[in-house]
Formats: sequence, C-alpha cells, structure tokens
Amino acid sequence: MPDRLTREEVERIAALASLELTPEEIDTFVPQLAEILEYARAVQQIDTTGVPPTSHGLATSPVDREDEPRPSLDRDAALAAAPDGAPDAGLFRVPRVIG
Amino acid sequence: MAAPDLRTVGGVQAALAGGRSVTEVVRRSLDAIEAGDGPLHAFNLVSRDAALARAAALDAAPANAPLRGVPFAVKDNICTRGIATTASSRILEDYAPPYDATVIARLAAAGAVLVGKTNCDEFAMGSSTENSAFGPSRNPWDPDRTPGGSSGGSAVAVAAGFVPFALGSETGGSVRQPAALCGLVGLKPTYGRVSRYGLLAFGSSLDQISPLAWTVHDAALVMNVIAGHDPADATSSPEPVPDYTAALDGRLAGVRLGVPRHLLRDGVDADLLALFDQAIERMRAAGAHVTEIELPHARFAIPVYYLVATAEASSNLARYDGVRYGHRSPRSDTLRHLYDRTRDEGFGPEVKRRIMLGTYVLSAGYYDAYYLKAQQVRTLIRRDYDRAFETVDAVALPTTPTPAFRLGEKVNDPLQMYLADVFTVSANLSGLPALSVPCGLTPARLPVGLQLIGRMFDESTLLRVGDAYERERGPMPPPPARP
Repeated sequence: MPDRLTREEVERIAALASLELTPEEIDTFVPQLAEILEYARAVQQIDTTGVPPTSHGLATSPVDREDEPRPSLDRDAALAAAPDGAPDAGLFRVPRVIG
Repeated sequence: MAAPDLRTVGGVQAALAGGRSVTEVVRRSLDAIEAGDGPLHAFNLVSRDAALARAAALDAAPANAPLRGVPFAVKDNICTRGIATTASSRILEDYAPPYDATVIARLAAAGAVLVGKTNCDEFAMGSSTENSAFGPSRNPWDPDRTPGGSSGGSAVAVAAGFVPFALGSETGGSVRQPAALCGLVGLKPTYGRVSRYGLLAFGSSLDQISPLAWTVHDAALVMNVIAGHDPADATSSPEPVPDYTAALDGRLAGVRLGVPRHLLRDGVDADLLALFDQAIERMRAAGAHVTEIELPHARFAIPVYYLVATAEASSNLARYDGVRYGHRSPRSDTLRHLYDRTRDEGFGPEVKRRIMLGTYVLSAGYYDAYYLKAQQVRTLIRRDYDRAFETVDAVALPTTPTPAFRLGEKVNDPLQMYLADVFTVSANLSGLPALSVPCGLTPARLPVGLQLIGRMFDESTLLRVGDAYERERGPMPPPPARP
C-alpha cells in the first residue's frame, strides 16, 4: 500500500465515484483524505485474527419472506419527479447511449 | 384563561383537554415558528396550509388518538408525500416524494400534526448543520454556536419551543449530540426498532430514526407510536413493543451503572465532566450502583465508524444520478457527463469527501486493509459492551466531549468535526439503544448531556433510568428569550 495518497489516486477514485471534481476540489481532497486515512490506520494495529466481521447491528439475521406480488408505487407517481420523464412511454429519458 | 404551556406533549394534551382546539394549538406552533425561526433556521420548509387543514379535520372528528393534535417537525431526510424532502442538498432541492415514510404514516394515524421539515447537515453528514446547502441552524442557547448535528434543525425546533417533539435520524450520534447541545432528550433506538422505510439512506447498517423531546416521558410517548415491525423495512424487528411509559416508575434503587472512566481522561471539557460526575453522584445517592468498567476498543470507534459509514454512504448515494429524481446537470451531453456533472453540481463538499473516502476503502487493494478490518473491529467494540452488560444494566458516558461549539470553529477541519461524535458512534456500530438526557448547564449557560447506553431492545431500562434521573435533577430551564 502506498504511504501517501496521490493526486492520480484521488482522480481515479473520483471517476469510480462518478464525480467530475474540479481541479480545486482535487487540491483540497488530496491532503484531507490523506489525513483522514492516516488517522483511520489506527484500526490496522489491532489483532483481529479469527474475529468475524460485523456487517449490521441486528441481533438476528434479516428474515426471508415469501415473494408475493403486491401493489407498488404507481408508474406515473414514480415518473413525476424525474428531471426528464416520458410518462407516455413510461420511461426516464437520458442522452443517447448507443450510436 | 392563562396561556397554556405548549412546550411539552403533556402541556398540549392538557390544553386540548381544557377545551383548546387542535387548530388553536397548531396555529400557536406555526405562529411561533413564523415569529422566531428567521435567525435560528430550524426549518427548511413550514407546511402551514397542510397543518391547518389537518388540524381542522382533527377538530371536526374528535377521536382518541395517543398524540392527537400534537404538532411535530421532521428532519428533511425523512420522506413526506407531496412535501419537499431535500436532505438539505441541492441534488434534491425540488424533490417531493410520492410516499410517506412509515414513521410519518404512524404519527399521522396517532393524530400528530406535521408542521414542517427541519434543516440538517446534507444527507445527515455532519455534526453541526453547517454542511446544509441552505445555511446552518443556530443554537437557541447561544446563536453564535451550532446546535450540533446532523439533526440540528429538529433540536432547534424543540428547544426554541416551536414544537413539543421532533424526529431526527442517527447514524453516529446525529440526534443524541444535538439533543445534548440544545438541552433536550434524544433517544437512539435499537437498530431495527423503528422502521427506516422512507428515511433517505446514509449508512444502512447504522441508520435509525430517533425522537427528540423536552422530557423522557415525551420521548417514550413518541416511541410508543413509531416503534414496531414494518414489512417495508427488512431490517425492522418483529420483537414485541412494550408500553414505554409503563417503565417510568421513578426508581433508581438497584440499577447498575457502568462508567468507562478511562475514556474520560483526555479531551473532555472540565465543566462538562463536572456536570456528568454530579449526575452520576445524584443517581448513586438515589440508590444506583455505580461501577467502573472498561471498553478496551472504544477508542477505535471513530476510525471504524468513518470507514464503515463512508463505505455504506458511497454505495447508498450512487442512486443520485440525475435520472429518476432530483437535480440534472444542464451540461448533460452524454450519459457519463449526466452522472458525473449532476453529482458534482448537486453534492456539497462533505458529501463528496465521504463518497470519495467510502469509494476508496471499498476499492480493490484497500478493501481488506480498511473496510474488512473496520468490520472486524466493529465486532470487538460490540463484544466490549456485551461483556459490560454481564455486570451492569447501562453504560453511562457524557454525550459529547464539549458543550456547543461556535459556528465556523470546526467546519474546515473534517477530522476535528468527526471527533465531536467520539462518545456516540459506538452505540450505532453496536446497534445498541442510547439515550441522552440533559444534566445541567455549564457556567457559560450551555446545556450538556448525560448518555445512557443499554442492551439490545432494552429502551425501557434507559427510559426508566433517564426519567428517574430527570426527577432527581428537577426541570431544565428553557433557553433564554432573545430579542
């Protein structure tokens, strides 16, 4: 693992996170994220051999249920908040993806 | 007729029983907001017309409902059908959800009247409300100071006397911390106790909707309505819900309290610590057994929290992409630009910082060293509590390390801001219920909180101890009136 977070790495993470950051934002984030990660490294000193990970705070695991069809949100209601909805077609419009 | 005290749920109920109409009560709340909220900014939106229509309907059909006619406010990250729900973010600035959160539906069925949506840190990410895209809220005890966060607006709405109770949400202390800094009671229920359906997700394994009120009794009344299983939230628990007010018998005798004194050696404000010690002493004098306990992994709670919560946030916030709702960048010439520019324009700095951090710790090559490791230490933090609960009924800690800090004091130093949650995050990581009760005012007249952390689904013990302590303490004064 590299000792220091690099600018290139922050740019790579921004692309993974679908964020078009400005150069100024990247300038701010490089030292800030490095500082937070440095602090978070404290956890790496702890011996966790054989300790299972906890992924949620529940006492019991979530319970499965039958997959029964039920009424859900009306399509028009679901489309009503879309920035570019096409209610007649029942679709969300986005810029052309193919061709 | 003397002006009724509408600060508490009990006060409202007494006023209604004494012949006041719901409309009169709700109008009082709305007028108080209109007169006083300008400088405080508790509210992002006041739903005056809807509230008055609802009040009129309740007056027209008197019926017995547990919170009939009680005005309340809701944090702006909880969905309200047809009423804007912004999470204090530009990316949802004009978003009106097509459905109500389960807690909203339950409170409506119980006769409570929603008066508005409260300001918060953007997507509940922060400890001061300064990360709101719509400007910070201010603490009624000292307007130069923050009310805490992220549910700061909900705390201000209650502390300023606008509503007798409000809902906030917790991921790492976002209700207990502002409750403590504003002189209120805040209860973070056990993970799974209250439905999260309709709460805009931040850290799904940590999030829990939580009430704020003046008194433990009022918080218990609200819990009676909002707690319980919900088929719409797969993580909500089928565990039966007790009557939380039935637990409030005023008894402290025999209660076993554990104090992890080793966490209080550094970085805790001296005035705050003196008030905390006084509270512990009061409970001891009233019959509680107080012992010192060790929580060996508690000091890792903040790094673990910021690894786990940001990882979950980076995943949860992927949905804000400009397609189905919310802001869309006008520079969306390609699908890639639509996503990337919408998100850059729509999210504020702290949300971006956390998405970046979360994406990093989940990315190939770092997952084991950060995220998996944090999840393992999370197990150790929970085990510390399980061990403590073999000998004590509740763990007592200050809610915060300091009283309310000044606006601007920490906003440019993310790490310092994160440390404001040092005593609260472990309850979220462990899933345990935790209550904050005011334990006095510092010499600078700033309130601070006593925190009690309990066993899974044992809110009743926390509420009983908190209520009994309240009786020993005597009533908290309201914040000073200001011109």
